[in-house]
Amino acid sequence: MAMHTDHKRSDELPDVRVDNQEEVKMKKTVFLGALTIAGLAAGAAAAGTLDDVKARGTLNCGVTTGLVGFAAPDSNGEWNGFDVSVCRAVAAAALGDPTAVEFVPTTGKTRFTALASGEIDMLARNTTWTFSRDVDLKFEFVGINYYDGQGFMVPRDLGVSSAKELDGATVCIQTGTTTELNLADFFRANNISYEPVPIETNAEAQQQYLAGACDVYTTDASGLAATRATFENPGDHVLLPEIISKEPLGPLVRHGDNEWADIVRWTLNALITAEELGVTSTNIAELAAGTNNPEINRLLGTEGTLGEMLGLDAEWSKRAIMSGGNYGEIFAKHIGESTPIGLARGLNAQWTDGGLLYSPPFR
Amino acid sequence: MSDTHAHSVAYVRETQLPQQPPPTIETGAVKWVRQNLFNGPWGSLLTLVSLYVIYLILAGSLPWLLNGVWTTSNIRECREVLDGATGGCFSVLSERWNQLLFGIAYPSDQYWRPTVAFVLLIAALAPVLFMHLPRKLLIFTGLYPFIAFWLIWGGTIMVPIVALIGVGVGYAVYNRYVADSFAMGFFGGVAAAMVTWWLGGFVIGAMPGFIALEAVPSRDMGGFMLNMILGVVCVSLSLPLGIMLALGRQSSMPIIKWICVVFIEFIRGVPLITLLFVANVVLAYFLPPGTNFDLILRVIIMITMFAAAYIAEVIRGGLAALPRGQYEAADSLGLDYAQSMRLIILPQALKISIPGIVNVAVGLFKDTTLVSVISMFDLVGMIRGPILASTDWNGVYWELWLFASMLFFVVCYGISQYSQWLERQLATDHR
Amino acid sequence: MTTLTDPPQGSFKVSMLLNDTRYRSYTFQFIALILLIAAFAYLGSNLAYNLAEAGLNISYGFLGEPAGYDINQRLIEYTSQSSHWDATIVGVLNTLLVAFLACVTATILGVIAGVLRLSNNWLISKLMSIYVEAFRNVPVLIWIIIIFTVITAVLPGARAYLGEDPDVDLTLGMFAFTNRGIYIPAPVLGSGGMAVVVILLASIMAMFAYRSYAKKLLFNTGRLLPMAWPSVAILILPAVIAFYVLGQPITLDTPDPLANRFNLRGGIQIGAPLIALWFALAIYTGAFIAENVRAGIQAVSKGQTEAAASLGLRPNRVMNLVVLPQALRVIIPPLISQYLNITKNSSLAIAVGYADITATLGGITLNQTGRAIESVLLLMLFYLVISLSISTVMNLYNRAVSLKER
Repeated sequence: MAMHTDHKRSDELPDVRVDNQEEVKMKKTVFLGALTIAGLAAGAAAAGTLDDVKARGTLNCGVTTGLVGFAAPDSNGEWNGFDVSVCRAVAAAALGDPTAVEFVPTTGKTRFTALASGEIDMLARNTTWTFSRDVDLKFEFVGINYYDGQGFMVPRDLGVSSAKELDGATVCIQTGTTTELNLADFFRANNISYEPVPIETNAEAQQQYLAGACDVYTTDASGLAATRATFENPGDHVLLPEIISKEPLGPLVRHGDNEWADIVRWTLNALITAEELGVTSTNIAELAAGTNNPEINRLLGTEGTLGEMLGLDAEWSKRAIMSGGNYGEIFAKHIGESTPIGLARGLNAQWTDGGLLYSPPFR
Repeated sequence: MSDTHAHSVAYVRETQLPQQPPPTIETGAVKWVRQNLFNGPWGSLLTLVSLYVIYLILAGSLPWLLNGVWTTSNIRECREVLDGATGGCFSVLSERWNQLLFGIAYPSDQYWRPTVAFVLLIAALAPVLFMHLPRKLLIFTGLYPFIAFWLIWGGTIMVPIVALIGVGVGYAVYNRYVADSFAMGFFGGVAAAMVTWWLGGFVIGAMPGFIALEAVPSRDMGGFMLNMILGVVCVSLSLPLGIMLALGRQSSMPIIKWICVVFIEFIRGVPLITLLFVANVVLAYFLPPGTNFDLILRVIIMITMFAAAYIAEVIRGGLAALPRGQYEAADSLGLDYAQSMRLIILPQALKISIPGIVNVAVGLFKDTTLVSVISMFDLVGMIRGPILASTDWNGVYWELWLFASMLFFVVCYGISQYSQWLERQLATDHR
Repeated sequence: MTTLTDPPQGSFKVSMLLNDTRYRSYTFQFIALILLIAAFAYLGSNLAYNLAEAGLNISYGFLGEPAGYDINQRLIEYTSQSSHWDATIVGVLNTLLVAFLACVTATILGVIAGVLRLSNNWLISKLMSIYVEAFRNVPVLIWIIIIFTVITAVLPGARAYLGEDPDVDLTLGMFAFTNRGIYIPAPVLGSGGMAVVVILLASIMAMFAYRSYAKKLLFNTGRLLPMAWPSVAILILPAVIAFYVLGQPITLDTPDPLANRFNLRGGIQIGAPLIALWFALAIYTGAFIAENVRAGIQAVSKGQTEAAASLGLRPNRVMNLVVLPQALRVIIPPLISQYLNITKNSSLAIAVGYADITATLGGITLNQTGRAIESVLLLMLFYLVISLSISTVMNLYNRAVSLKER
């Protein structure tokens, strides 16, 4: 009996010790978790987005998970593109550093929650300005940086010349976007049938389309051009002439913080106005010394106190323009006719050139 | 009689024949092949069919594997090099190696940090996994979370040091009072740790640059590193939570029991992806206005809860498998509930549950790929997002998915082999 | 713990709430309850505040509004004008469809692989081990994507089948395997077609009746009736005869390569996302089931096999009559929890664009209406109901087959 007890004890003791140590380790892990929470949870966002951004030192900007020309990381993980430039301009204006941007990739599904929950400060993700998003989802579209419309891309050898000939076709769409609804409306209005193939990301849509799993790929015409540019033989695919919807794309922020909305809005306007006034990243240093044009002077902060009114310094717009150039430069660099994407200015020309870009005056 | 017999037989062998080797078909390789490959017509047929299948697979994949291209910088160059021949464009792996492992946003000059953390992880796990290693190594295991946190997230070293001091103080207080009452020791320890951290907060605030590594926000974690972080953190956090849930479910107090039952059954009843949706789109509504958890943290919370429910069920199985006598013996020694659980029941129950816990851990590690669905760039998210979307590599599927499967296979197969080995080690009772 | 001798009854002191085991549990439960209520109140008030702040409300009214989007894979009538609720139902049915198909296939695969893994054939058992380990140790999400990619990349496009002179002819004149999905002929019931179906159903019942009669006869009298060919005859003959007597009332609607310039028309189309999800879930879960089956078979003690063999039973009879019935008791509970896993994993449909409930209600509807809380709650409720009903069935079964120890 005694032996038995001894045996049991010698069996038990090491177990107990291990248990104690393991328990301590577990406890430490829990505490580390709590600490991580304390360390990572950012401060209250209610103070005002600009203050948050300044306190944080970086701008959290929501972009797509990857659409070449608009927002895509290169092989070094550096984000580039048309939408990305808007983020960089805002960061340059608000923080003085165009690289102080944290890019948060979002899908069609996650983008609005990310913005609503304060995870991102602004969303620059080819997002269509619609009534319900503005009013019902409580967002503030600060302007339009690209006038777009939904188009269709088909393989050339299909011999289709109009979207109305697409009866019975299989159509790839990016889910969670307005295109899904437009598509249903378009086919219903024309009384023709189709098979939708909903897809999460542009990359997968591309894969499906190229493999022939769908006959047609539909999304914003700019996105189609960008996608086609990445194909091996872009010439084998045509964009159909029908543009079935208006898709004004622009950056947006949360409802309710008008100061922040103003900063994003007028940064965008500064880029547009800069092009209109002929201010480019090459001549801006020269022009900032002072010119005879009072509007340029006001824009660049050598005259008036526009920057101060925004809660920024006088050189905010100068920095914004220098970060990537004016609107025209950004357009030409990322998606313009000299790039593989090759989009014409079209509707996105300045109003003086017959386009729709029309910035309110800096006064 | 015998004579007649002898005469009637023409020949009688008088010496024993030398022993002959068994026929060739019954020895060595031939016997093995006959028994294991061509055992009857049905077996032969199966063998031939499988040989043909193996041939098909190898004929399809070997040229592709062996003729692979490893050095081009995009798919067009790769196709030029291949020039119509069969071959994989494995250069996507060499060119995007760092992105696959660390994601797109982690600063590229800091890759050594997660690498070191990973190597140290192996060192820290070794004494937990192999009981015959010196027990002193567990000290390093205890320190590892702090080191890893500092290495991966960066910032001043004061943060983990203060955290460590807090834990130390808490443990000292716990040790001092646990003899009186477990609850007193536990809550006293927690309170002491909290106070230390609160005080330490000022110290950290005062010296933000003290031995600081470049701070990396958790949003910048990506690639396979993110899967590893989620897997390791969530499994370690879910263990204590799972134990508490399991004990709660066994409890004689109806309210506590029902809270645990509802929690466990609820979590186990819904797919992980809906919980990730909650983390992604719903959780923000339930937090005080202005709180801004980043996504990775919300995901860690959700996955931890998910894993805890499954671990709780495994441990409950372990608790139920213990003979009733163990509970009664603990009671008869006069141990209170905390003591009997800590000293008698849990050590045995956890030992029984280890294989189950490892299974849950493997499953959980595989499930970390689901975060790609909510636009996080883990390994799967990296492949589906930035890499396949880039102009350079769109169209390279097989190489990338093969790589991803290999990575997961190596880790998960390793863990499950370990679990089987451990099961054999622990099987001390029957034989 | 309540077996301790009760301390002497005395006046109640506050400290007894903590120190006296009789009251301590009430204290703890009370604290737990308070904490629970406080937590819920806290979360609830945050929710109310945040919703009010954002000007939102909780309402399920959106379910009645037109959904506005189309769904390709649907078991019931649905157009873009149908309501979000209809879209939800389409999703529910699609979830159940893929879960059912995957459960059946996974069981077949798993049983075959599990039995073959114990085979004497070295090559086969090694191959099955490779299958099991390869699939168990790689995330199912990766398998779903890989299988989807295989379908998309390897099978020909639908257009290859189209036109007067197609690149690929229909297999047997009625099957088409495209990267959009598989087309199979659909039966069309003419007049009298229903009668054939009814006769077929009746013969199925007759077949089972015959089999149970034969079994009873065997057990009662030892007479062994032939089993295989009468079963087949009872099953097939009446229906075939009825089919020809009634003038072939059931015809096949085969896919037509000429009706449309983009797609095959007619027949039944099983979409590529459904196939990918179905196969991936089946093969992945099949690997787990194979392990369960192997464990179950190995759990039957060797003496049973030897006893059966010594009675002169042939190996396949040993398996069918002695080993499997006993192994089933061990196999079935984990099998059912694998079914549960299939149902839950089917929510990964979202990765390949299959319109299950996570993709309709939790995906497009959530996106288009912005009703995140409502949608996610409904989604969780659906999966909970499914899970709880499956586990109820499992518990009932466990109770039924558990060894009755007396």
